[in-house]
Amino acid sequence: MARAWVFGDDISTDAIIPGRYLVKREPGELAKHAMEGADPEFARKVQPRDVIVAGKNFGCGSSREHAPIAIKAAGVSAVVAESFARIFYRNAINQGLLVLTCPGVSKGFKSEDKVEIDVKMGIVRNLSTGERFNAEPLPRFVLEILEAGGLLPHLKRKLFSGRTS
Amino acid sequence: MGMTIAEKILARASGKKQVVPGEIVEAEIDVAMVNDITAPLTVDALREIGVKKVWDPKRVVVVFDHQAPATSVEAAHDHAELRKFVTEQRIQNFYDVNEGICHQVLPERGFALPGRLVVGADSHTCTYGALGCFATGIGSTDMAAVLATGKLWFRVPESVKISVEGRLRQRVASKDLILRIIGDVGADGATYRSAEFAGKGMRGISVAGRMTMCNMGVEMGAKAAIVPPDELTKRWLAGRTKGSYKQVFSDQNAVYAGELSYDAAKLEPQVACPHSVDNVTIVREMEGVEIDQAFLGSCTNGRLEDLIEATKILKGKRVSKRVRMLVVPASREVYLDALSRGILKTFVEAGALVESPSCAACMGGHIGILAPGEVCISSSNRNFRGRQGSPEAEIYLASPATVAASALKGEITDPRDV
Repeated sequence: MARAWVFGDDISTDAIIPGRYLVKREPGELAKHAMEGADPEFARKVQPRDVIVAGKNFGCGSSREHAPIAIKAAGVSAVVAESFARIFYRNAINQGLLVLTCPGVSKGFKSEDKVEIDVKMGIVRNLSTGERFNAEPLPRFVLEILEAGGLLPHLKRKLFSGRTS
Repeated sequence: MGMTIAEKILARASGKKQVVPGEIVEAEIDVAMVNDITAPLTVDALREIGVKKVWDPKRVVVVFDHQAPATSVEAAHDHAELRKFVTEQRIQNFYDVNEGICHQVLPERGFALPGRLVVGADSHTCTYGALGCFATGIGSTDMAAVLATGKLWFRVPESVKISVEGRLRQRVASKDLILRIIGDVGADGATYRSAEFAGKGMRGISVAGRMTMCNMGVEMGAKAAIVPPDELTKRWLAGRTKGSYKQVFSDQNAVYAGELSYDAAKLEPQVACPHSVDNVTIVREMEGVEIDQAFLGSCTNGRLEDLIEATKILKGKRVSKRVRMLVVPASREVYLDALSRGILKTFVEAGALVESPSCAACMGGHIGILAPGEVCISSSNRNFRGRQGSPEAEIYLASPATVAASALKGEITDPRDV
């Protein structure tokens, strides 16, 4: 069962993956340091499919795509936040990491609450409290990119199927 | 309906007469920049999609600045691979470890021209808006799409107008103004928006000062930050570009999602306290906070006038014994200017370290990494926890004058007092 890991407002890309690790780019290496600046224990605690729940402006700061790569490779299945910084948001989608803007969510979870997400319906449920939250719907083309696992596999899939955009 | 500068540039680049905020457009890119930490992922992505040639080598700029000169074996390896890439791709606009920070090099070399659409795989790409272009930071995968096709999709941003009137007083800088603005609007106050710095007061702020302000646009979430071009812009660009350009201005009846106004004459020195850029107060409030390191440099404030401002305070004096002061000119051009004017000598005589142009201490990769518990006053743009080293270190952001005054006293000091 997926668990939530709760973070506050303005979690920067320096907190998600500190600058000293940017010489690395293998996802597995980056995953070892995911969220290290905000919680040094995170990479050890997180289990596959867990979810990051955060406040406003998640991913503010640099354009480093290492940030969503690290989070995704750590096994995190989604980041649900009050709001996202622009470049991180787009990078996450391009990396195939589900990002949901969900007003009110940061107050509705504490770390290790059980969480369930229905992407198609845009619903985030706290199974520990029974509360549910409505996420802003994602446009169809974004869902397609996420389903493919990111922009590159999406492009390759489109090229392979002979369609062009 | 009237359009803002941002809307006009995106309309032109996407072959449309008119665009409106919220609209998704596919635009042709005039210039694309990658640096040594974002290029490796971009090159990986290009290979993964099987693209052999970048769309137009003349429009691609590659700069080594974040880990320059190489700070580790891994960084050296990345540099070596990227040098092969620029050779294979015949990219002439390649600036190796000796040239400086991308956001200083591109304007100096005439890549950031009024009316252009520039993307860079670095969040501070918004700096170039100081010259009247639409410039924005993107990630490495989006950059791979640009290098493959020359195009990228954009959501046309709403514009917000920030009007500046009045003149900055002595020892008060455009850095103080942008810190105050970010303190007011918040770290996410302009997310997805384009900020336009207008008003008569902006005419009295140098191009370097405008670059400082646009550089920090992203610290309030802005997608782009733009200053309407003028005579100063034209004069600054003279001799820097052979290309022609057309200045673009907002229409009188352009629509803004919000408007703010500031009187520069009423402003006093500001400081952003740990650990967020919008945690801003006046320097007076923080006087006496002891510092261990003072960093003067970065794409925010590593330009010649920043160094000059600091030497006005440091000339003939010594930096406090308990402070390590690091001075890093933003580019080779700035370094050379400062060298020939004796400015670097003043710093060295004052006990400061002068390093070769690079991002240096700003992102904690090398040069002046902070220990737990240490305090740094920095002319750069981010004070996030862990940014310059230990997560237990504290970073205060301020103007070059405040950094110099604080280095002199060993504690946060209002530059009007020294």
